[in-house]
Amino acid sequence: MSEQLNVPTQGNTEKIDYMTDSRPIAAGETAPGCKKRDPIVVAENVTRSFGGINAVDVEYLEIPRHKITALIGPNGAGKTTLFNLLTGFDMPNSGKWQFEGNSLAGVSPYKVARMGMVRTFQLTKVMGKLTVMENMRLGGSEQPGERLSKALFKGLWGGREKEITAQANVLLEKFKLDAKKDDYAASLSGGQRKLLEMARSLMVRPKLVMLDEPMAGVNPALTQSLLDHIKNLKAEGMTVLFVEHDMNMVRHIADWVVVMAEGKIVAEGPPVDVMKNPAVIDAYLGAHHDVDLGDAEGIKELAAELVADEESIVGTEDAGIIAIDVVAGESDETEPRKKETE
Amino acid sequence: MDFGFIFSSAAGELFSPTTAAYALAALGLAVHFGYSGLLNFGQAGFMAVGAYGFAVSTLSFGVPFFIGLLIAVVCSAIFALLLGIPTLRLRADYLAIVTIAAAEIVRYIVTTNQLTSVTGSANGLAAFEGGFYSMNPFPEGSYLGMNNRDFFIRVVGWGLVIVCCVLVWLLMRSPWGRVLKGIREDENAVRSLGKNVYAYKMQALVIGGVLGALAGMIFTLPRGAVQPANYGTELTFFLYTCLLLGGLGTVLGPVVGAMIFWVVLSLTQGILYGLIESGAVTWLNTVQAGQLRYILVGVALMLLMIFRPQGVFGNKKELAFA
Repeated sequence: MSEQLNVPTQGNTEKIDYMTDSRPIAAGETAPGCKKRDPIVVAENVTRSFGGINAVDVEYLEIPRHKITALIGPNGAGKTTLFNLLTGFDMPNSGKWQFEGNSLAGVSPYKVARMGMVRTFQLTKVMGKLTVMENMRLGGSEQPGERLSKALFKGLWGGREKEITAQANVLLEKFKLDAKKDDYAASLSGGQRKLLEMARSLMVRPKLVMLDEPMAGVNPALTQSLLDHIKNLKAEGMTVLFVEHDMNMVRHIADWVVVMAEGKIVAEGPPVDVMKNPAVIDAYLGAHHDVDLGDAEGIKELAAELVADEESIVGTEDAGIIAIDVVAGESDETEPRKKETE
Repeated sequence: MDFGFIFSSAAGELFSPTTAAYALAALGLAVHFGYSGLLNFGQAGFMAVGAYGFAVSTLSFGVPFFIGLLIAVVCSAIFALLLGIPTLRLRADYLAIVTIAAAEIVRYIVTTNQLTSVTGSANGLAAFEGGFYSMNPFPEGSYLGMNNRDFFIRVVGWGLVIVCCVLVWLLMRSPWGRVLKGIREDENAVRSLGKNVYAYKMQALVIGGVLGALAGMIFTLPRGAVQPANYGTELTFFLYTCLLLGGLGTVLGPVVGAMIFWVVLSLTQGILYGLIESGAVTWLNTVQAGQLRYILVGVALMLLMIFRPQGVFGNKKELAFA
């Protein structure tokens, strides 16, 4: 099923600023497995089972082009497996999937990457015994010196090497790794490795970047700049698909959210709508997901909510170490309210 | 004890053709293991393929020297492809298992009695080196205390070592070498960047195998004989010793490692034999002393791994994060 839907899209129209493009993403009704106005990836009936357990069972999924799509879901929902299937690192038991209209069934991972679909890994993979710069250069594409027949003669690849190095320098500066460029990648911290992996994947000049938990282990101070980097990818015409557990990040940067649970797509839509979806709240978010526990206000807010909640022990004498005055510290003036038993 | 003789024979080992052969084969292993992370435990098999490929084609088909050389190289490349096609898509340990078995298979095939007319069975083959020595440009005489034949094989052997070192160095500084090093670190990451990992590993396996085949020829030519017993598994482990002594991911490491290996063997032999002859050591006979040398090499390797794990030429920084 490879018919192009609602053809009048980019290309024939005047240049569109993808940062402010507010045309609807879905082609019709927003529902799990709905059609998109301009999909870059289309997956159909993709299934993968491990010993009788259906890790992935996606009936229909389209990823919108030039948008940031978040893939969320509880642990074991099959998000990473879906990543592996889409990029050729794993073979599905059945199904069809295509990237920009080209079927990817049986295409090896390196060819998928060359087509412009580049991924990162949940467990960061940097080449520890190569320098940061060499790691970056490894991502460079169309380097003739990577062919054995031309490798011996620097004259044949020196020019391209300079271009790749220049490209790498720009990216390293953006990701604040330029001071580290001659260090071994193994000497980087976990967060810096995440940054290096993301920067390296951009060296390939991909059309679709697939980030597997880009924020895991990244210092909160770096998070904001990383968020900006991801947003800027969209401005450069790239499409982003990322897996993330941090709901604030999802809320801030995603244009579209796809929710998976037990291998299936259970909901999708714009972040605001998806987070109100009762199925999503039940499966994944939990009742108090919209409170940011990262700041003191958030804790007070949550405490106030919990005090009002009949099922919670917060606000009663049983609260113990989760009592408001313990959690929020001395700065908190609110007196615990005696809660009468029903 | 004649220390002058002991040291001069140890120094002679520095540039012996056998040392050159070990250096070449260890350089092949450096391409395999040091740069690409391919665990080849059958380098002795590649050497045997080279030596027998050359000897059999010369004796059975009477081909000239350079055709024999070409056949040896092509045979080792085919051997590498045969080993690589089924295993290089799998984890690294599969290649290790297959190569160690394949090297033994080669040795058993050439030892088979039914093939005596071709391979000479356990006695091996001899008298195939005429074509090589007939090209000797050096007239009869004494060259640095060697006759012209010994001098010629040393010039050719070490010339070949230098040429191969330069080639490997050029390859490893190129983007091609960078991809190989990337594969050594994490092949899935390299795959995700759009590189055909399988093809790179195959190319590395063939290049290292061809270096092994050339080493096999340099090893047999001065002996004028090729015997299956010389290509047992222990040869591969001696080559790994040379590689680890010198440093894994380096070009000069395997060469210097081979020199150290042979000098240490020669020195310990000279000193032990001297001690036995002079009566200072009575609890050891010369046969046992020959075995003890290899134990000492093992001890030296252990000390090296403890106190200088990166080898003589290796980069300390690379190991700091291993």
